[in-house]
Parts: sequence; C-alpha cells; structure tokens
Amino acid sequence: MSISPAWYLGLSTVLFAIGAVGVLVRRNVLIMFMCVELMLNASNLAFVTFARTLHDIGGQVLVFFVLVVAAAEVVVGLGIVVAIFRRRASANADDLHLMKG
Amino acid sequence: MTAALLTLAATSGHPTIPDVGVFAVAAAIVIAGAVGVVVARNPVHSALMLVMTLFGVAVLFVLQQANFLAAVQVIVYAGAIVVLFLFVIMFLGVDREEDIRAEPLRGQRPLAIALVVLGTTGLLLLGQVSKWTTGQPSVAGSDTGAPNVNLLGKSLYTTYLFPFEATSALLIIAVVGAVVLARRPPATSAEDAVDETPTDDVVTDRTPGAPEAPGTPGAVTTGAVATPAGADVDPADTEVDA
Repeated sequence: MSISPAWYLGLSTVLFAIGAVGVLVRRNVLIMFMCVELMLNASNLAFVTFARTLHDIGGQVLVFFVLVVAAAEVVVGLGIVVAIFRRRASANADDLHLMKG
Repeated sequence: MTAALLTLAATSGHPTIPDVGVFAVAAAIVIAGAVGVVVARNPVHSALMLVMTLFGVAVLFVLQQANFLAAVQVIVYAGAIVVLFLFVIMFLGVDREEDIRAEPLRGQRPLAIALVVLGTTGLLLLGQVSKWTTGQPSVAGSDTGAPNVNLLGKSLYTTYLFPFEATSALLIIAVVGAVVLARRPPATSAEDAVDETPTDDVVTDRTPGAPEAPGTPGAVTTGAVATPAGADVDPADTEVDA
C-alpha cells in the first residue's frame, strides 16, 4: 500500500499557498512568475494524485496540457518583461502603473 | 492543518517504509525549494531553488506511477523553462541582491499571509466535509495498470486529439508573440531615438565608465556590441588613474 492521497493533496495545498504568498508579497516581476510556476506545479501534483486515486488517466492528460500552457505563458510573459525593461529599466511591479509605455 | 491531514491519512491502509521515506524526503525538498524561491534575495538563487522544487515534484510523480510526466517535468520545466528564466535574468542584468525587508505597502505582507492561510484552511476543511468524486464515468480511459506511456499516448491521440492539436497552434502563437514583443523597435524616426536614450543611460549605470574608455570613440554608436570591449579596457584605465 502506498502513501495516502491525503498527504499528496496536503503537500499540494501547502505548495500552492507558498506560491500564492510569493505572488502577493514579492515585487520583482521575474520572481512573481516563478511563484506562478510553483502554483501550477501544485495543481499538477493534485491532478496526478487524483489520477492515481480514481484510476483515471485523464488527470495525467490534463497535467500534460498544463505543462504546454505554462511553457507558452512563460515565453510570452518573459517577452513582455523584456519589452517593459527596455522602456523602463526596472523589473519592479510597483513601477509599472501606467499602460502608456 | 496537520491534524486534518492526519485524520485524512488515517482512513487508508498502511504504507511501506521506503515509500514513506521517499515521500518525506521529496516533500521536504519541495517545501524547502518553494520557500527558497519566495525568500531568496537574488533572482538567480530563486531560479535554482525553483529547479529543486521541480525535481522534488518529479520524484513525487514517479512515486505515483506517472513516469512519463516525471520525465517531461524534468525536461520541459527544469530544462527549458528555468533556463529561459535564467537567460532573461542575466540578459536584463537584474541578478543583483535586493532588499526584501523594505515593505513598499504598509501591512501588505501580514494581510497577504493571513489571506492565504485563511484560504488554505478553508480548502482543507472543505476537503474534510465534501466528496472528491462526482460519480461520473471516466472519458479519458481508466488506469488499467498498462504502461503509463501507452495509456497517456492512447488517450492523447484519441479522446483528446483536438485539444492536442490546438496546443500546437498555441505554441506557434506564443513563439510569434515572443518574437514580436521582444523585437527591438526600428529606430528610424527621431521619436524612437529619444525613446532609446534612457536605455543607454541604464547601460552606462551598470558598467560605469565604459563609454569613456580610450580608443573607442568611434564605436560608441554601435552600443551593446562595443560594451564588452569597453569593459575590458576600462579596469586597466582606472588602475592607471589610481
């Protein structure tokens, strides 16, 4: 008998909470992005846990799609960061309060 | 929180000792890496801590017989996404220590932590009282114990064929979008030249004295390409001055 799913779900919840605190607390745009990745990983862990618990491969398929969307999100997000940094020379989210470039 | 987890865990059978050990070590690595991402002052350290967390999650995937996803996790996340992060950090030159003790908004951190703790507690309590399943039959195919890659591939190329093809369009759009966003705007008009001026000032701030290096008066217009040569010349120049 392997580890109970509750432990995995608890770990996933804690990981998601740490990522959420990071997004709310840190002001560096790059680190906020990394914390979003932490939250995506927490959801992936929960998906895999449910896939094993319910004997349903759909959870793992969903993790696959989350990975693809995360890769696309990081590419576009970092492109935006580079474009903003070229104009403003700052990676601080508090400095980015204007929509005008 | 721990009590709720313990009661949840008590409802299933007894795990074996190696499973418990692997899970405990992987969970400790995951938590330590996640905390490191949040509290590290240097963005490069944050990225390395993120790699640690991703490896821990990959170990937990293996522990739950999701072998293909564990491999993809290491290759895509640790191999591609974190490298992209590190590339951008070093490309922008923001790999400096920052003072995270200074709080830009008063009371923001306690409020944020309180909100997250409240939400997490609510989620755990909700898990106690609600049922995990809806009773709907599986559409993706059941995990029959066949090799993981076979099951996943069959499901991806039959049930989820259209979403799978849609992800290829998504990736193409992301690549084109990144190229358009990160492209340097063509400096044809005078307005663009004015916009470029703050960027040049930043380069000057980061490598002080580089444009004043002797022997490169004609190369100033080439901008970033001439900067390494200027930086090489500059220390010797300052030593002579000292």
